[in-house]
Order: sequence, then C-alpha cells, then structure tokens
Amino acid sequence: MAIKVRIPTPLRKLTNGKDEVIGEGKNVKELINNIETQYPGLKERICEEDGKIRRFVNIYVNDEDIRFKNSIDTELKDSDEVSIIPAIAGGKF
Amino acid sequence: MSYVKGLKCRECGKEYPKEPLHVCEYCFGPLEVNYDYEKIKRAVSRDIISKRQPNMWRYRELLPIDGEPAVGFDVGYTPLIRAKNLAKALGVKELYLKNDAVNYPTLSFKDRVVAVAISKALEFDFKVVACASTGNLANSVAANAAACGMESYVFIPYDLEQTKILGTLVYGTNLVAIKGNYDEVNRLCSEIAGKYGWAFVNINIRPYYAEGSKAFGYEIAEQMGWKLPKHIVVPMAGGSLITKIWKAFKEFHKLGLIDNLGTKVYGAQATGCAPITTAVKEGAELIKPVKPNTIAKSLAIGNPADGFYAARVMRESGGWGEDVSDEEIIESIRLLAETEGIFTETAGGVTLGVTRKLIEQGRIPRDESIVVSITGNGLKTQEALAGRLTVSMTIDAKLSDFDELLKKQNKVYDAKD
Repeated sequence: MAIKVRIPTPLRKLTNGKDEVIGEGKNVKELINNIETQYPGLKERICEEDGKIRRFVNIYVNDEDIRFKNSIDTELKDSDEVSIIPAIAGGKF
Repeated sequence: MSYVKGLKCRECGKEYPKEPLHVCEYCFGPLEVNYDYEKIKRAVSRDIISKRQPNMWRYRELLPIDGEPAVGFDVGYTPLIRAKNLAKALGVKELYLKNDAVNYPTLSFKDRVVAVAISKALEFDFKVVACASTGNLANSVAANAAACGMESYVFIPYDLEQTKILGTLVYGTNLVAIKGNYDEVNRLCSEIAGKYGWAFVNINIRPYYAEGSKAFGYEIAEQMGWKLPKHIVVPMAGGSLITKIWKAFKEFHKLGLIDNLGTKVYGAQATGCAPITTAVKEGAELIKPVKPNTIAKSLAIGNPADGFYAARVMRESGGWGEDVSDEEIIESIRLLAETEGIFTETAGGVTLGVTRKLIEQGRIPRDESIVVSITGNGLKTQEALAGRLTVSMTIDAKLSDFDELLKKQNKVYDAKD
C-alpha cells in the first residue's frame, strides 16, 4: 500500500529536498511512524512528544482536514494523498 | 529606546531576533513579542502614564516599536461610558461600554493594530504595506498607509458591505477583491507574502500588529480608575483581540499598575460562524473550522488563527463563550442605539447580544461590573438593517398635515400659548 505524502518547504531539509515522499500505513498515525523510519526527525516536527499532531500543523487526506475526520486515527487506503501544511502557512513557507 | 528583546514562539519557546517573522521554523507555532518587563517597570507608573496625551501611545513602552510612531498619532483612548440606560434595560447594576466605534481615523479598533504595524513596517524599511481583511482592517490599512505616504494592497472577500469597500477605495489603495471567503483570501495572502517582500500587517508583521490591541485593555483599566471590571465581553473573529485584552490586564498586574486580576473574559461570536465558542461549550481542545454564514461579516473567519488561545483565555479566566443569531444581532444593534445613542456595526450587535444572553443564563451576575467591547461603527454595515427601518411619516409641507399626522397616531401635545 503506497500513500503519497506532500512535504511543506520547511521540512524538506529532512527529506533530502523532496516535496513528495511515499509512505505506508493503515491510518495517519502509522503513516507518520513509517515516514519517520525513512526520514528520521520528521515526526518530532509534526507531532508532540505524546504523539498528537502539533497544534499548528494541519494534515489533509485527499484535501480534507483530518480534524473533520478521525484525526490521527483517520484510515487510509491505497492511492490516498496526504498533505502536511503549517496552520499559519505564510511568509517563507 | 527599545523595550523589546525579540520574538519568542508561544508553543516551544524558541527565541528569534526582532525581524518580520511570524511562525516558528521548528514547531510552526506563532511568534510573540518578548519584552524586557524589568526595564518597562522602571519606566512606567500610574503617574507617568496619566500625564501623557490621551491616545494609545501613552502606553508606548508596552507597544513593540523602537522609535516614535510613524502614523496614527491620535489613535485610541476612546470613551469608556457608564451605560445607565442600557444597564436598566438589561437589569444589571454596573455596565460600561468601551467605544471603539469612534476610534481614529477609521472608526474601529483596527486603527490600534494598524498604527503599530505600519510604524513597525517602516522601522523594517518596507515600502509596501498589505493586509487580508474582512473590512475594518481594509479601511484602516488604506487610510493609515495614505497618511504616511506608503503604497498599499488590500485583499478582501468580494461580497463585503459596500460601505467597507468604498471606505477603502477612497484612500487610493490597490483593493483586490477575491472570489472566496476570508479564509481563502487569507490563504492566498500567505502565498503572496511569501513571494513578494511586502509588509502584510496580519501575516509577517502579525506579532507586532497584534500587540496594538492590548491598548484597548490598558485603557479600560486606566479609565476604570486603575482597576479591572469583574466581567468583559469581547467579539471574536480570528480570536486575537480577546487574547490581547487578557494579556494587557496581566501585564498591568505584573507591572504593579493594578492591584488585582480577577476579570472573567467572555468571547462572542455569531451562530453562523462560531468555531471558537463551540469549542468552549464542548470543552474541545481543537477548534474545528467552519464555513461562515452570518450578517456579521467582520467576524466571519471560519478558521481563526488565534482560536486556540482565545478559548484558553475564556477557560483560564473563568469566563465562557456564547453565540447569537442574526436576528439577535440586529435586535441588539437597535437596543444599543435606542438606549445609549451609539450605533455599532454587526460585530457590536454580536457582543451585546451575547452579553444579554450570558446575563439571562446567569453566567454573568447582575450586581457586578461588566464591560461590553464595542469595536466598530454602525455606519459601515448599514445593509444589515436594510428593510428594517423605513420612514413611516411622509407628509406635505403643511402644518395641517402635521396636525393630522399626530391625530392619527393618537398623540396629544399642548399647543403653546
């Protein structure tokens, strides 16, 4: 199962400059853990220490904010597209 | 002389230099101005402040500009009115209105934030100032930019009230109407701010800009005789004002300018756009964005940037959040006008409507001091009253016709001898 994840500019230093990476997981939580193994350091920028999504990071699954779905437990299926977007997406981001 | 050390992330505490930045590069949290309070404490006192000119700059040590203000010299120090007629109508003992409907120069509280933002933008040597706005900010940016000779770009949702559009265009700004709601305008502006080197007052200048709202709170404390009200009701769009009023009260307490904290802070929204009050009522940690649908267009922000912090202020202070329907907004606009002679815009109708509701619910007691925050002027949102108020007495210019009119209305007045 391959899921496309769009990476915002400030996190691309951690993905060797890639604006899109491929990850795996049944839900958003698993997906984040999976991309962390490929690109270490990514998770702590997206999540608090307790694993919750940081307050000022928004995650969209197929253009829908996961806060409107099942948050971090939102289920994913093959070919879903996930975007990570800083909440106050201004300035140099 | 500067009292600002730099910027600091509200979430993770990472420090930044004094620059036009607004987001923490590590955790994406919002940046906030970091003051040297020890130095401020040595520089201000009740006596020093009360001898200064009656404008917002009397608190200049607590505002984040380093030099002198470049624009908006007469902004702020708007009236705090003891509203006895309205108090009677609501059945409460001690009611005040903080009236920014007469703020200078564009009749809303936004003149405070813009005066700080443009002064700061000039300190940073920006040539173009810009904003994303639901109307009042548009008016203020356009006017203040004109007053200091800066070029300006103003981005608004295309369906704003005509008066707010005309009241922006008249200053010769570059007004761009966006086919979308405020949240879409804001998202576009974030991209524009990233691409062009402009001072977007509520994006890259936001940490400085937002501090201007604190003066609304300082003034209330000073005007009440260096003490705070027991309750204050504040309208919420992005949620910044309510957090800054609370911050202002806390700073005054920290600096020893007032003796006690203890104000309960209540947030007001329109039912058609109530993401923050909904979170407060549900006890939710997250603010769920909504698609706005209300006549209170100046408050129609579905994805409020400071919503989380606004909800926290209400919880921390022991206040509450409530919302009112469009019908209640209009009733309250009329009640304020008929009892106190103040014509406020729809946002003021929201604030007063929520105040009434909270009193009726018993959340605000009837025998304690209450401040209602009036942040904008009714002349700007007259469309909201369209069709509700009509001239019912039209006659020929004849005395006999007037006599007839009084007779029809069963009104009897003695003719003078």
